[in-house]
Amino acid sequence: MSLSSHEVLKIAHLARLSIDEARVPDYARDLSNIFDLVEKMRAVDTHGIAPMAHPLDAVQRLRPDAVTETDQRALFQSIAPQVEAGLYLVPKVIE
Amino acid sequence: MEWEVVIGLEIHAQLATKTKIFSGAATAYGALPNTQACAVDLAFPGVLPVLNEEAVRMAVKFGLAIGAEIGQRSVFARKNYFYPDLPKGYQISQYELPVVGRGQVEIEMDDGSTKVIGVTRAHLEEDAGKSLHEDFHSMSGIDLNRAGTPLLEIVSEPDLRSAREAVAYGKKIHALVQYLEICDGNMQEGSFRMDANVSVRRKGAHAFGTRCEIKNVNSFRFLERAINYEVERQIEIIEGGGSIVQETRLFDANKGETRSMRSKEEANDYRYFPDPDLLPLVVEPAFIETVRGTLPELPDEKKHRFMTHYGLPAYDAGVLTASRALADYYEAVVREVGGESKLCANWVMGDLLGFLNKDGKEITDSPVSAVQLAGMLRRIVDNTISGKIAKDVFEAMFAGEGDADAIIDKKGLKQITDTGAIEALIDEVLAANPQMVEDYRSGKDKLFGFFVGQVMKAAKGKANPAQLNDLLKQKLSG
Amino acid sequence: MHTFSLAQLRAGLDRREFSSVELTQHFLGRIAAHDRLLNSFVTVTDDEALKAAHAADARIAAGSAGPLTGIPYAHKDIFCTQGVRTTCGSRMLRDFIAPYNATVHEKLQQGGAVMLGKTNMDEFAMGSTSESSHFGITRNPWNPDCVPGGSSGGSAAAVGARLAPVATGTDTGGSIRQPAAFCGITGIKPTYGRVSRYGMIAYASSLDQGGAMGASAEDCALLLQAMAGFDPLDSTSVDREVPDYRAALDADLTGLRIGLPREWFGEGLDAEVARVLEAALDEYRRLGAEVVDVSLPNSELAIPAYYVIAPAEASSNLSRYDGVRFGHRCEAPRDLEDLYKRSRGEGFGEEVKRRIMIGTYALSAGYYDAYYLKAQQIRRLIAEDFRRALSGVDVLMGPVAPFAAPAVGQMSEDPVQMYLSDIYTLSVNLAGLPGMSVPAGFAGGKPVGLQIIGNYFEEARLLNVAHRFQQATDWHTRVPAAFA
Repeated sequence: MSLSSHEVLKIAHLARLSIDEARVPDYARDLSNIFDLVEKMRAVDTHGIAPMAHPLDAVQRLRPDAVTETDQRALFQSIAPQVEAGLYLVPKVIE
Repeated sequence: MEWEVVIGLEIHAQLATKTKIFSGAATAYGALPNTQACAVDLAFPGVLPVLNEEAVRMAVKFGLAIGAEIGQRSVFARKNYFYPDLPKGYQISQYELPVVGRGQVEIEMDDGSTKVIGVTRAHLEEDAGKSLHEDFHSMSGIDLNRAGTPLLEIVSEPDLRSAREAVAYGKKIHALVQYLEICDGNMQEGSFRMDANVSVRRKGAHAFGTRCEIKNVNSFRFLERAINYEVERQIEIIEGGGSIVQETRLFDANKGETRSMRSKEEANDYRYFPDPDLLPLVVEPAFIETVRGTLPELPDEKKHRFMTHYGLPAYDAGVLTASRALADYYEAVVREVGGESKLCANWVMGDLLGFLNKDGKEITDSPVSAVQLAGMLRRIVDNTISGKIAKDVFEAMFAGEGDADAIIDKKGLKQITDTGAIEALIDEVLAANPQMVEDYRSGKDKLFGFFVGQVMKAAKGKANPAQLNDLLKQKLSG
Repeated sequence: MHTFSLAQLRAGLDRREFSSVELTQHFLGRIAAHDRLLNSFVTVTDDEALKAAHAADARIAAGSAGPLTGIPYAHKDIFCTQGVRTTCGSRMLRDFIAPYNATVHEKLQQGGAVMLGKTNMDEFAMGSTSESSHFGITRNPWNPDCVPGGSSGGSAAAVGARLAPVATGTDTGGSIRQPAAFCGITGIKPTYGRVSRYGMIAYASSLDQGGAMGASAEDCALLLQAMAGFDPLDSTSVDREVPDYRAALDADLTGLRIGLPREWFGEGLDAEVARVLEAALDEYRRLGAEVVDVSLPNSELAIPAYYVIAPAEASSNLSRYDGVRFGHRCEAPRDLEDLYKRSRGEGFGEEVKRRIMIGTYALSAGYYDAYYLKAQQIRRLIAEDFRRALSGVDVLMGPVAPFAAPAVGQMSEDPVQMYLSDIYTLSVNLAGLPGMSVPAGFAGGKPVGLQIIGNYFEEARLLNVAHRFQQATDWHTRVPAAFA
């Protein structure tokens, strides 16, 4: 299997990662090699086998609907890159 | 060319839980920005979600109310995309296996007939935060208080065939979630939001046309206008030889039109997969039965009961059960009056709703309580006031002038029921109009109304009309 | 003092032979002296450690000390610690001071353990060599030209050089066991769900599990005892009593049935490593155990399944690093997309980016069934293999890695080579089983670990099996000469 540079750029965009233009062929090669490794699975007949999402066969526990959290905005925003008037700032969102 | 309209609605109802779906942060509306966003809501590294039991209970309640199958095993998935109001970079939602399966509701059509609309599914998911577009040096501000608020997304089948039907269905679900007390239904605050999938096809065609999704409509009036606009737009394009592009559109209420959301045009690849931080949700039969035990009487059942138990016509029963609060109000009035269900219905539907409407008020903010209205109606029943006088009394009550009895007293509106007093008034009128009496007795029956009017005028409108009629007839024939 | 077991340290503290402050100062001194070479710590918390030691001494004086009160430990820099930065080895979190504590940290703090600092690791725990950290590579105390393994390489190197008596670690595909093996120490990855993941920065949620690293199984038992237990904040945490791990340590091994997965002893396993393992198995035979052949037929598929599932989960788990609420944010973003792409592009290192891209691709439209779904089906096959294998034996034993610690730079050139070297550890995470690495000897002067795998929640049994071996051998007491 061989990923093209175009595909690498598409994936990087989907994952919102800027990658060095010059490194694109390296990524394409590494990802292709890794997916070659992954291809081994294809040969296995898994028909009728239930996918296993969790190692333990447990079910979701439910939490009582009670407020346990207090306002910690000042603490939380003390580590934020850019805030104003209690809001997190980002470059303009265009709808 | 005849066209058929095909509409499906996706409704997002915010569940009225105290806390978020996956964290213990409060969900109260209107708090200062980011004061109700805890570490989990803000997606700090290492935090984990734990599911709110009440959200599950509410979803099950809805499922039972629409006769749906409750998923024995449902799964939370991640819908991955980047957006500043989505702190984790994914929304936790139910994708392949929802908690509520297929169900249905019945809507009333304009001609009084009913139609069954299929509900494909309803699933639990988390709401996103809000981007505020006020200008912060050409930046947007993000408030994550709403992030993680539980939503029930209710998806209809493409069974709706007109904007009117879509509105009827939307209102039905709106009433239902409030009946069930799982959503406050507040559309201004965004507690109940609708997306409409609209397409058109030639009458008789089998396949669906290409659809457009109109996002985030927050009033029924806008829903109707948006759909009608969209239908016109699509027909015009097709008839002009063009074809519809599947896309997301936004309704601009100011211009009364829908427009393409350019920012959503990029093909999305949400990369759904089961959320490994959450385990499958298994709703045990015992849990379902417990919830079933808490189900209130539903709108259709209530309407039926209003017809059989109170002897109301279908129309009245429909109006009075449109909301649980109105139905409760009506029943309280009947209880207080001790019967007279039709009289009570007339007053609630007529004067009360009329006045409320004019003031833009809901039944829950009515200045006249059920007990107060019943107090007045009792005075009609016991002949203290006439129905006509009651209208003045009601207006005064609505204006906050006190209970009916106090108003009747203060304004001297008590009916004259003393036979002697009425007779005296009649005698006065007859004595003052000998020629008319003569004419009446010689066959001019129509003059009866004139004498009633004169006596009522003399009584300042307070004579009991029935008594007045009887006594006047006696005197004139004597 | 640095060669004492936790039991000896406990006794010394309780008998006032030394104070926690003295003990802490001793280890801080060792870190100051030796860690320039090893780079096993990202952050050394001298002040906080001494404060905690003082508090511990007061507790000991008041007679309210617990098993770990006053005992220093090193904390993998993946556990959130309020007030002390938590970097996860990433530029993304270079200055991140968590506003809350991981459940594991909370438990250790309450137990009065003394944190010496936060240990280096592969960035976001993605790696097998501890070379991908933004804070530089960590070196192997047995041979500084070699890697310590990863991703918990800092913890393993610190304990291996006795810069800390014990350390926490996390294991997603071998990240406790493999560095433990490379650094000549003992490490246990418990059953998935045994140790809370709350506040443990996620790599791959369905595989990540916190655990303990120490010189001996006994030390690991003590640390794990303090870390394990149900946590209502973690939906995948298991509500099940934690047995007394130390009480079970001495149980006799006569009649113990050990299964050897035949697929693990074939091609690809270094001959010297194989000889060390054979010798260890002979020791077990002498202890009364019976060694039988078992099969894990889908062994080889663990690598492809893991390298789809883990990156897929990671690609989503790491979406929260967007430069908005915490972490690295690029300078002067032009627009929203630029903010995301540059913050993430600059904040993440190569291996993290590579895995995010693998996962993104594997989950994307049109590929989900072929990759992710298929991998989850394979995962079940692998779990079934273990179930069958463990039905007839008490534990499984095998190599931890195909070879002893490789030279710095040797693996980082080719990611596929690095991924292949995880062959013996990945499948245990896929199945969610507990696994250990126990020092079993040396190959070419470098330590070799023996892997012991047990059934779900049989940590006590694993520790017992390891402990009896350590009663009969002294591999776990060896310390590199430079750090003796």
